[in-house]
Amino acid sequence: MSNYTDELVDFDEALDRYDPVLGFEVHVELNTKTKMFSDAPNAFGDAPNTNVTPVDLGLPGVLPVVNKTAVEYSILIGLALNCQIAEKCGFARKNYFYPDTPKNFQTSQFEDPIAYDGYLDVELEDGEIFRVEIERAHMEEDAGKLTHMGGATGRIQGADYSLVDYNRSGVPLVEIVTKPITGAGKRAPELAKAYVAAVREIVKNLGVSDAKMERGNVRCDANVSLMPKGAEKFGTRTETKNVNSLRAVEHAVHFEIERHAAVLDSGAKIVQETRHWHEDTRSTTSGRPKSDADDYRYFPEPDLVPIVTTVEWIEELRGRLPEPPAERRKRLKAEWGYADKEFRDVVNAGVLDEIEATIAAGASAAVARKWWMGEIARLAKAADKDIAALGVTPATIVELNSLIEGKKINDKIARQVLEFVIAGEGSPSEIVDKRSLAVVNDDDALGKAVDDAMAAMPDVVEKIKGGKMQAIGALMGPVMKATRGQADAGRVREIVMEKLGL
Amino acid sequence: MSAISREDVVHLAHLAHIEMSGAELDKMTGELDAIVGAIASVSEVASSDVPATSHPIPLTNVLREDTVGQTLSIDEVLLNAPDSDSDRFKVPAILDGE
Repeated sequence: MSNYTDELVDFDEALDRYDPVLGFEVHVELNTKTKMFSDAPNAFGDAPNTNVTPVDLGLPGVLPVVNKTAVEYSILIGLALNCQIAEKCGFARKNYFYPDTPKNFQTSQFEDPIAYDGYLDVELEDGEIFRVEIERAHMEEDAGKLTHMGGATGRIQGADYSLVDYNRSGVPLVEIVTKPITGAGKRAPELAKAYVAAVREIVKNLGVSDAKMERGNVRCDANVSLMPKGAEKFGTRTETKNVNSLRAVEHAVHFEIERHAAVLDSGAKIVQETRHWHEDTRSTTSGRPKSDADDYRYFPEPDLVPIVTTVEWIEELRGRLPEPPAERRKRLKAEWGYADKEFRDVVNAGVLDEIEATIAAGASAAVARKWWMGEIARLAKAADKDIAALGVTPATIVELNSLIEGKKINDKIARQVLEFVIAGEGSPSEIVDKRSLAVVNDDDALGKAVDDAMAAMPDVVEKIKGGKMQAIGALMGPVMKATRGQADAGRVREIVMEKLGL
Repeated sequence: MSAISREDVVHLAHLAHIEMSGAELDKMTGELDAIVGAIASVSEVASSDVPATSHPIPLTNVLREDTVGQTLSIDEVLLNAPDSDSDRFKVPAILDGE
């Protein structure tokens, strides 16, 4: 860790004078059953070195064989990113010496990626669309996991030794590389976050990755450079690694812009290097210079033959593509008739799937939104949980709503019933029966309660007789008390008027 | 004119984390130069319109189904490990990696 503090220039000030250029490399771990080149299980969280075959250890004489499903998932990603799919492509060895790969090379693609020349339309928070051009998406394999032991900080600096688990070694990866992104200006950090979120959403929607950033299923390296405003020649870039949450991507780009501006303002040059992101200090520190280590001496992998894609194969895969998330949102917004802000709030709350399922189960769009954005969101917030983690099903909402519409319970009781459902007491109807929560609207019981209330408050009755209808409200308290809050207020009003002949 | 200089060998040795003495560097420079020179004669016969061949047999799409197979036992995995700890390979801390 560096022990100096980088000079920074205020973000807005920096962008008054410089234009940022961004570039992203996003690694997506595929969720195939087996690894890229071996039939070892591709699983997260298993005991160390249990998902390992001789191929994953790079033992002499082994022969890797490509996972067909991994190739198909890669093509699906390419198609979803509007890429061209290579008619013919192959694998290459990327040579480097580090214990995370026992082979001393990573099997990757070099000159001929399986997908290239695509784009992704990224929606910013206010709805503006920013098109990001995709350079390529290529297949490769993940490396083993090193844990640095000893030393004071738990980081590699000062570590005494490292322990290696090769379970992750050979897990299929697709690396998605953008072309340089210009023109984002002050929205660069926001765009960075939105881009990675969009890629994550796409691979999740395709079902080809678990897409959990906290597990490293989606990992981002963010390239940033600045050039004087109006210039066309890009500045020297840095590549910030280890930015593994959406918030971190946004903060890392923000930080690097401020740091680059300070370096350039001082007349110094940006060093082309990797930077390490530190979530705790929200800053980057210098990694290694990029130039020398870039000497990977790629050459074609002799153990793997080329992959040829036919038109039929690609079209069969294209037929499997689900509706793109952005198009789906557009369609749902129109179908549901929500206002712009209402819909954006729903998207930001992450309950699009829940509302869609609730409507499919029979609720109206308005009712579905009322529950998911109202009481359920409130309960989730109170419990400090994700809305999905509360376990409320669409069927519950539909049932609650039909109980309300059937005048069996009122809104207030329904909210209580929901809490009992979340507590695991059963379905709404069961709870209403078990706890005797049904609204009292049988006229005998209500009539008696109204009689009692009127007898106790003769002055109120006089006022009502004199035409002050709002005085009926004063009778409501005792009636509700007598019926334990379960009286139908509308019906009480009617009964009072009937009894007084009004 | 040599294809491989002594500096090239120093650079490669550094990338490969191999420590080499001055005498070894001199010897290897000559030997590698001879090998590269021999291979370079291929370029003399291959014209630029011949694509590089990495596979002598014209096979494509050798793919396998995504079905889990047999893995090694921990004992087998660690059989060749110079050192291990907690079922993991134990290696010296290396600073200049990724």
